[in-house]
Amino acid sequence: MRIFATLRIALRALRRNKMRTILTMLGMIIGVGAVIASVSITSGAKQQVEEQIASLGENMLLIFPGSFSSSGARLGWGNWHSLQLEDALAIQTQLQGVTAVSPENNTRAQVIAGDQNWNTRIQGESPQYLQIRQWPLAEGEIFDDQQVRKAAKVCVIGNTVAQQLFPNEDPLGRMIRIRDVPCQIIGVLQPKGLSPMGSDQDDVVIVPYTTELKRINRETWLDVILVQAVSSAAMPIVQQEITSLLMQRHHIKPGGDMDFVVRSQEDIAQAATTTARVMGALLAGVAAVSLVVGGIGIMNIMLVSVTERTREIGIRMAVGARGGDILVQFLIEAVTLSLIGGAIGIGSGMGISHLVASITRWPTFTPILWIGVASFSSAVIGVVSGFYPAWKASKLDPIEALRYE
Amino acid sequence: MNPVIQLEDIHKTYHTGEVEVQAVQGVSLEIMPGEFVAIMGASGSGKSTLMNLIGCLDRPTRGRYCLDGIDVSTLDRDALADIRNRKIGFVFQGFNLLSRTSALENVEMPMLYHHQHLTARQQHESALRALELVGLAQRADHHPNQLSGGQQQRVAIARALVNQPALLLADEPTGNLDSQTSIEIMGVFQRLNDQGITLVMVTHELDIARYTRRNIVLRDGRVVSDRAVTARLNADAELRRLQEAHQAVKLTA
Repeated sequence: MRIFATLRIALRALRRNKMRTILTMLGMIIGVGAVIASVSITSGAKQQVEEQIASLGENMLLIFPGSFSSSGARLGWGNWHSLQLEDALAIQTQLQGVTAVSPENNTRAQVIAGDQNWNTRIQGESPQYLQIRQWPLAEGEIFDDQQVRKAAKVCVIGNTVAQQLFPNEDPLGRMIRIRDVPCQIIGVLQPKGLSPMGSDQDDVVIVPYTTELKRINRETWLDVILVQAVSSAAMPIVQQEITSLLMQRHHIKPGGDMDFVVRSQEDIAQAATTTARVMGALLAGVAAVSLVVGGIGIMNIMLVSVTERTREIGIRMAVGARGGDILVQFLIEAVTLSLIGGAIGIGSGMGISHLVASITRWPTFTPILWIGVASFSSAVIGVVSGFYPAWKASKLDPIEALRYE
Repeated sequence: MNPVIQLEDIHKTYHTGEVEVQAVQGVSLEIMPGEFVAIMGASGSGKSTLMNLIGCLDRPTRGRYCLDGIDVSTLDRDALADIRNRKIGFVFQGFNLLSRTSALENVEMPMLYHHQHLTARQQHESALRALELVGLAQRADHHPNQLSGGQQQRVAIARALVNQPALLLADEPTGNLDSQTSIEIMGVFQRLNDQGITLVMVTHELDIARYTRRNIVLRDGRVVSDRAVTARLNADAELRRLQEAHQAVKLTA
């Protein structure tokens, strides 16, 4: 028996009971729609977080000052001035697999340009900072090593600062005053957007670390050291080497209290995407339950349909349909129900995610893989839920079936 | 010439709970090609059971049944389904057409299960030919609910003929029809029989049996009488007489 002829029989049977067909499909539509919508929303969120993490820099390791015990009171991470400039220089000169290092000291300060002023973040960095952060300049250039040695009064400003202080002018070459230190703007950065934590990365003024330490902030310690590893494969080794080197430099015995912590970009990425993953798993779980409910709906209707059409089955068997033909007919009917329902579900799920995207401005996108997964599981649900009714139909006795009123 | 139906000592016993029902007890008979046979009997005589056995819807408990030269008494379900498809055309009392399906598609239905896959066009043509044979070609696209009882039964006959079976098997084909339509249907059967088609019909109506050529009477699962019909009725002549009678009633009224 040909599949197309059977398909036509199945479609006709479904058309005959339009309302019932639609209601049965509704279960699948809601189930598949929920899966697609939740996957679209969570993958959009995940993608956004991943993009933000990638925007942090390339193969980047961050070294933060550590906790410190003072008379038994333990201070948290970042509260001690344990990182020194010499640590950063040692990492740069002694470790292989490190391509760039930037010792950072930062502060917030009022910045004045002409009659405008703005409170922003001041970061002292090395010239390699932009390379580590993968952050191109819009115009001008970054300070060089000589300017670092001389603690030159130069700076590179972020896009937000440029807009706030020089709304209608080209900031390049202009002077700004940072805590009474006049600095010449030698570069303007391209916009980078929000950080994974939601702060504006473009609201920043970058000066040589020497200028920051000696002239602006007048501190001797570092807030963070940025290190770029030669490749992502090298990152665990570099991370390990930095830990050993700093333990040696800080006279920390194995197992002792660490006064620094080394974090890789991946550690941050993992922490940030965990929420999205948990949310996604929860939503997918709920959606899977509704898919099962949809499947039960199909099985229920197919059982009713088999009982209703007992006589038809008898007629078909009398004129020569084998049990297998009847089985295939009802299976195709169930699979058609679930596949059409699934297809509508995919469409409406994508529609819902677009709607959510336009209302909430969350980025959403539907991975092709999941459209495949949804179609495939629709077919599987159709086969699974249709099999028992179809099997029951195929086992009917033609004599009994013909006599059925 | 080989018989179309050859039954040798056929028994059928049903087990319903603890009671054993011997529905058919040792029936032997032969039906040759081109015969038109009525199997008669009161309810409980075993004629329905015999009908199911001849129609390959059921298997005998004991005995041998050859249909068109094939021993079908030991075949399994699927093989029996194929035999029914190729060798037997069924006509039922209740027409048993698929509702909301056109006459043409009803007639095409047995070809869906044919082992030789015909193209849609071939199926269409065969179905139309079968409908022509019963004089309903012009109603091919009508649905059963748009047809009269007699027309529905003729669609069922066309469906039975479409695979060119060795045997047309009719189970009380006039049971749901009025007397005039019954005679019309018997006329269709007689014409088909004149063209050489073998017909076996189960009925309990004596006057309907008189349109056939041979009457077999069953009682308690055994053949008690098997003889040729002597005063055979001609459906066309009977129909004319009936119409004249109607005319006469109208004239006097």
